[in-house]
Amino acid sequence: MELILNPQEWWQLLSQPWHWAVSGAAIAGILFLMTWMGRSFGVSTAFKSFCHIAGADKHCDFFNFDLKNEYWRLAFVFGGVAGGFIAANFLQSPEPAAISEATITHLKDWGVNYPEGNGLLPTSLFSIFTVKGVLLALLGGFLVGFGARYGDGCTSGHAISGLAHLQLPSLITVIGFFIGGLTMTWLIMPMIFG
Amino acid sequence: MRLISFFAVGIVFGIVMTKSEAISWFRIHEMFRFESFHMFGIIGVAVVLGILGIWAMKQFKVRTLRDTLVSYTPMNLNVKRHLMAGTAFGLGWALLGACPGPMFVMLGHGFWIFTIIILGATLGTFTYGVVRGRLPH
Repeated sequence: MELILNPQEWWQLLSQPWHWAVSGAAIAGILFLMTWMGRSFGVSTAFKSFCHIAGADKHCDFFNFDLKNEYWRLAFVFGGVAGGFIAANFLQSPEPAAISEATITHLKDWGVNYPEGNGLLPTSLFSIFTVKGVLLALLGGFLVGFGARYGDGCTSGHAISGLAHLQLPSLITVIGFFIGGLTMTWLIMPMIFG
Repeated sequence: MRLISFFAVGIVFGIVMTKSEAISWFRIHEMFRFESFHMFGIIGVAVVLGILGIWAMKQFKVRTLRDTLVSYTPMNLNVKRHLMAGTAFGLGWALLGACPGPMFVMLGHGFWIFTIIILGATLGTFTYGVVRGRLPH
């Protein structure tokens, strides 16, 4: 039977970049798994735990909570780091992400030669060895952390979980994600990188 | 044991985010430039299947491993808050090409700049905690 694959062929199949429909279904699968395990699918609250661990609970009531109730999320997040390590070292794609020619051409104007950073990150813009790279990393991280907590959720919490539960606040938050994302991409980034 | 299960789901999450290419800065950038369908396809399929699956779990009164029914604690609606928070988040998401989940996965890939990004996100979270009394909720 052609359909039956041996383990090596399975591994090769898994290492290919996945079709968007397979990827979307896999993300929904993780949502179901987390829901069945009695927890919500949300990542950004992990930053709140980091604040607690760093001692913010002594300065501000918002960070005063029982960390034990958040262990599961920290385990999930550290699993994500491990999953990234495994994927990077044992499941390498044969080729970088097949992004559109239009994007590749436009990025040349910013001095980005695709596929730098394995097709995952423009390392010429975001380098830990440049002042600009570090400042942008801090600024971007700050906006994500602030916005996620003010909105009480990030992409996983609102765009996936919240929408799956048909929550209007989540839909409005996702619209906000796109207002911010489009403003950054079309107005601000051309000023920073152009 | 329970923590190991969540760690294992996290590993699957890291692999899914990598193979879907949703962790790629380039994928997020081309999404916001509307130059590819890829990310819209992923989010669209995840949302549609998510709605159907969660509906079915509620409909059939599925019991979770913590012996609860599937439910969601709704936020109170405040359009101004959701839009302002979403916009701040979106500005950072588009700049970094990564939302919180991918930040951790990218760290696993060995992109050390994400230690700075995660530090920034933690500082942003702390700042929210300090100023939240002055923001509309």
